[in-house]
Amino acid sequence: MSEQPMIEVAALSKTFGENTVLRSVDLKVARGEVVALIGPSGSGKSTLLRCLNLLVVPDGGRVRVGELSFAFGSSARLPGTQALAKFRAATGMVFQQFNLFPHMTVLANVMEGPLTVRRMARPAAETLARSLLAKVGLSDKAEQYPSRLSGGQKQRVAIARALAMEPAVMLFDEATSALDPELVGEVLGVMQALAAEGMTMVIVTHEIAFAREVADRVVFLRDGVILEDGPARQVIDSPREAATQAFLSHFHRQREA
Amino acid sequence: MYQWDFAVVWSYRWLFVNGLGVTLAFTLAIVVLGLLAGLVSGLARLSSFAPLRWLSQGYVEVFRCTPVLVQLVWFYYALPMLAGIEMTATTAGILALSLYGGAFYSEIVRGGIASIETGQSEAALALGMTPAQSMRRIVLPQALKRMVPPLMNQSIIQLKNTSLVSVLAVPDLLYQGQAAAHDSYRPLEIYTVVAVIYFVVLFPLTLLVNRLERRLARAD
Repeated sequence: MSEQPMIEVAALSKTFGENTVLRSVDLKVARGEVVALIGPSGSGKSTLLRCLNLLVVPDGGRVRVGELSFAFGSSARLPGTQALAKFRAATGMVFQQFNLFPHMTVLANVMEGPLTVRRMARPAAETLARSLLAKVGLSDKAEQYPSRLSGGQKQRVAIARALAMEPAVMLFDEATSALDPELVGEVLGVMQALAAEGMTMVIVTHEIAFAREVADRVVFLRDGVILEDGPARQVIDSPREAATQAFLSHFHRQREA
Repeated sequence: MYQWDFAVVWSYRWLFVNGLGVTLAFTLAIVVLGLLAGLVSGLARLSSFAPLRWLSQGYVEVFRCTPVLVQLVWFYYALPMLAGIEMTATTAGILALSLYGGAFYSEIVRGGIASIETGQSEAALALGMTPAQSMRRIVLPQALKRMVPPLMNQSIIQLKNTSLVSVLAVPDLLYQGQAAAHDSYRPLEIYTVVAVIYFVVLFPLTLLVNRLERRLARAD
């Protein structure tokens, strides 16, 4: 590939107290690529994702998204609040627990980033927000408060809120894990549509079938190390590593049960 | 059997009115200044800069762990000697009671902010907000709602604490009551009326707090 990757992570490491969560992880994501991070809980996949927008500050290594790059380590100075904010504005994140702002209407939730961070004029922000709500199929909920929505609707609003920053990259942190099974589909549908539009996406997920279907690549982590990284269908249908096989077989059993 | 005679109280009505005026003005001043001190101190307590946290905690503990009457007397008699500045009883009273209230407000502010889920500030930061924007736009509006009932409770206590400034000869409701009692030789009636006036002012406020608490409980 001649073009420089959209996301580049090199030698990333992170320790929480005694617990080493990431051990010198390298990862590249091309523009428009969809990468699914899978692995057992505690494997470091969520921490890796949170390092991509620096909600978790790595102890060492480099993180680059688009043009903005940061180095971490004992010699590197920690980025200042303004630099961090600018960096995060270029990535959208969707959380497992939605984290909608309960004191604002759905429309205000989606307008908040454009108004406060991008300093957009209110009418332009509202137009943008309404078009994004239409995109996730929630135009009729614009004036509601989040507490009145189902989990699936909340998560779709959260996706619209992240998209309102017009980010270069979207990060999904177990976006469907807190949902009732019958509501998972509507959220995955929105994510699939985004992927089809060419959005660069990194997805931490337990939805193996979805990862196989939508992701270009699947990355398997265990104990803070990338053990397998390859085309989605190949990794899921015929994993090379024994650890990946063990993880996926457990998953298949769970599915059939 | 004691012969109650409330008729005598009527002739002192303007003393009570003036005293109540001073008490309410005092309360307003110490609630506003105290809230300011509490907000600053409460935010400092949550700062990532450790010396600010220590400063805030030191302030809170000093004012929580000494009697407010001692603080009043100290601000009026001791502080002017230390600092070499003259201070009226009113200034000393406002200063001491504002800082005393601020220590309690500070804990309410800290607790209110800490009660907001970390996911809220994470979502704000992920949008590209600075920590200050996240606090102002996302965390504080939600936290303030939860803080309102305890802040009002503390303000009710502050109104009652203003009666202590009478020891510095500030002409508040209690001080005027004392004057009237000495003048009329009817302390029983006078002090009963003073207590009733405090009650009449405060009881509706406690009802309001109760209603707010119920409404917030429903909203959650």
